[in-house]
Amino acid sequence: MGNITLSQVTKTFGDVEVIPPLDLQINDGEFVVFVGPSGCGKSTLLRLIAGLEDVTSGKIEIDGQNATELPPARRGLAMVFQSYALYPHMTVRKNIAFPLKMAKMSEAEIKKRVDHAASILNLSDYIDRRPGQLSGGQRQRVAIGRAIVREPAAFLFDEPLSNLDAALRVGMRLEISELHKRLATTMVYVTHDQVEAMTMADKIVVLRAGNIEQVGSPLELYRTPRNKFVAGFIGSPTMNLIEGPEAQKHGAHTIGIRPEHIEVSASDGPWQGVVGVAEHLGSDTFFHIHDSGLADPMTVRASGEVSFRHGDRIYMTPRTDLIHKFDTQGQRIA
Amino acid sequence: MATQHSRSAAQFMMMPAVVLLLGWMLVPLVMTLYFSFKKYLPLRGGDLGWVGFENYARFLSSSTFWPSVQSTLIIVGGVLVITIVFGVLLALLLDQPMWGQGVVRILVIAPFFVMPTVSALVWKNMFMDPVNGLLAHLWKFFGAQPVEWLSNYSLFSIILIVSWQWLPFATLILLTAIQSLDSEQLEAAEMDGAPPLSRFGYIILPHLSRAITIVLLIQTIFLLSIFAEIFVTTQGSFGTRTLTYLIYQRVLESQNVGLGSAGGVYAIILANIVAIFLMRIVGKNLDA
Ligand SMILES: Nc1ncnc2c1ncn2[C@@H]1O[C@H](COP(=O)(O)OP(=O)(O)O)[C@@H](O)[C@H]1O
Ligand SMILES: [Mg+2]
Repeated sequence: MGNITLSQVTKTFGDVEVIPPLDLQINDGEFVVFVGPSGCGKSTLLRLIAGLEDVTSGKIEIDGQNATELPPARRGLAMVFQSYALYPHMTVRKNIAFPLKMAKMSEAEIKKRVDHAASILNLSDYIDRRPGQLSGGQRQRVAIGRAIVREPAAFLFDEPLSNLDAALRVGMRLEISELHKRLATTMVYVTHDQVEAMTMADKIVVLRAGNIEQVGSPLELYRTPRNKFVAGFIGSPTMNLIEGPEAQKHGAHTIGIRPEHIEVSASDGPWQGVVGVAEHLGSDTFFHIHDSGLADPMTVRASGEVSFRHGDRIYMTPRTDLIHKFDTQGQRIA
Repeated sequence: MATQHSRSAAQFMMMPAVVLLLGWMLVPLVMTLYFSFKKYLPLRGGDLGWVGFENYARFLSSSTFWPSVQSTLIIVGGVLVITIVFGVLLALLLDQPMWGQGVVRILVIAPFFVMPTVSALVWKNMFMDPVNGLLAHLWKFFGAQPVEWLSNYSLFSIILIVSWQWLPFATLILLTAIQSLDSEQLEAAEMDGAPPLSRFGYIILPHLSRAITIVLLIQTIFLLSIFAEIFVTTQGSFGTRTLTYLIYQRVLESQNVGLGSAGGVYAIILANIVAIFLMRIVGKNLDA
């Protein structure tokens, strides 16, 4: 079981309020991702759940029990830290066995569980090495191994992939998702990378300055961002946000249109501009378009290989049914 | 140092220092060896010629030799234990965030800046004096008979004085080591269910092992040759005659340079035995 409920939780450091009153429900077996820009309080929120920080006010319940005052060890949660936090003087085996040893489990049971975790995570070949002799990806797996042997109610991950190179990150992303499917245990995952959030989450929690901006499935956030901040944060490349006369035509203060929802043409379309930088990814090409009188630059996606050159005039046709409208407060209009 | 070239360049650059150090060590060492085989009594006839191993035999067979080795080892061992145990505890304490941290840290380090002679005199006259000392007043306040520290508990008193001087050094090195511990490791251990004592035993202490080794080795080198503390307090009486002090007495009080030099050679041998012993026990902590 791994239901976690936060009600009216706040956290202040000195007189800085990092988390204003916040409510959140995390259901058993869910993969929840906290995403938001750096410094918005994601780690703080995770550490509040873990018990590594005390809440200033409010209540945290884990599986229906009030856990607000419980010390970290008694909450039944396991955490994977950004720096991995492996114990450098212990071998991989001892690292993974540490929580079991602290729980005073029998040697035989410890060995069984550690071997099992090591085989799941492909660590068997390194089991007698020390963390210093492992690569980043392997260390990451040891940290995950140390978390899973305890069979916790929920896993907490704090930006676990940010120290890995891009290729490894994609691989580990899949492995963690795979692990979640296999264990079906609640996972709370913190990242500043919206791609990680979109690809891994069952439920995304978008945070800004400690406030929850929106909670929802990746596609909900993509399709109906509740405000300008979420609209700009979710999706890659980011949504074009246009103000001024063009927005007023749609009866909004700001309109947003995703790069992938604009058709480009060399001859006609309601919007036009001059091609700036073109990013060719092979499958897609992203054009940054200037002098369109809308947003500068406008980003558009064209499928496949499209031959516009720097300085060419380009015409754009937005898919009007996919235009997002926001009012002066940045809130979504219908 | 990856290439052959950079290695030989490094060796070349280190040459002056190596030569200087070798000279610095070799000259006194050779002189000590030279005198140890001579009968040399500066005030009673001067150089009286070669005597072979007679000095060595006399020094070893004198009734004061083994007791002096024993008190040397007791003092070194006692000071090491006290400074490391209390050094770790103090370092843990000073690592806690608290009001006035900077001032407290400077105060803790202060004893290290006091000259050994001065600190021993202060201890002798202000604390341990059986009539006027603060400790005597404290004892009297509780109605107890003041302790004659330097005569009845002489070894312990010396250990106390020397520990007081070296505690700051140990604390300082251990404090920097504690501060370099990644706090996430402690948090991970906390989440793994380790209570404070286990966190200390499994995380902090192993992390400190290197620093403790360094403190142990450096202090041993200096403690084997402590002199001023004994000179200004007990003058080597009441069982506080260390090997160093014995050598001093032979050379300067008995004016027997040859005998003292033989003692010096024994002191070198003792230091090396202690060093080998220590490296066996703790040396592996120094491998990265
Ligand atoms: N121990 C602390 N003391 C004071 N301020 C803190 C502390 N921890 C975090 N903060 C502040 O809280 C804010 C949120 O930090 P954090 O949760 O680490 O952000 P994120 O993980 O989203 O990047 C930051 O402005 C940070 O400076
Ligand atoms: Mg963070």
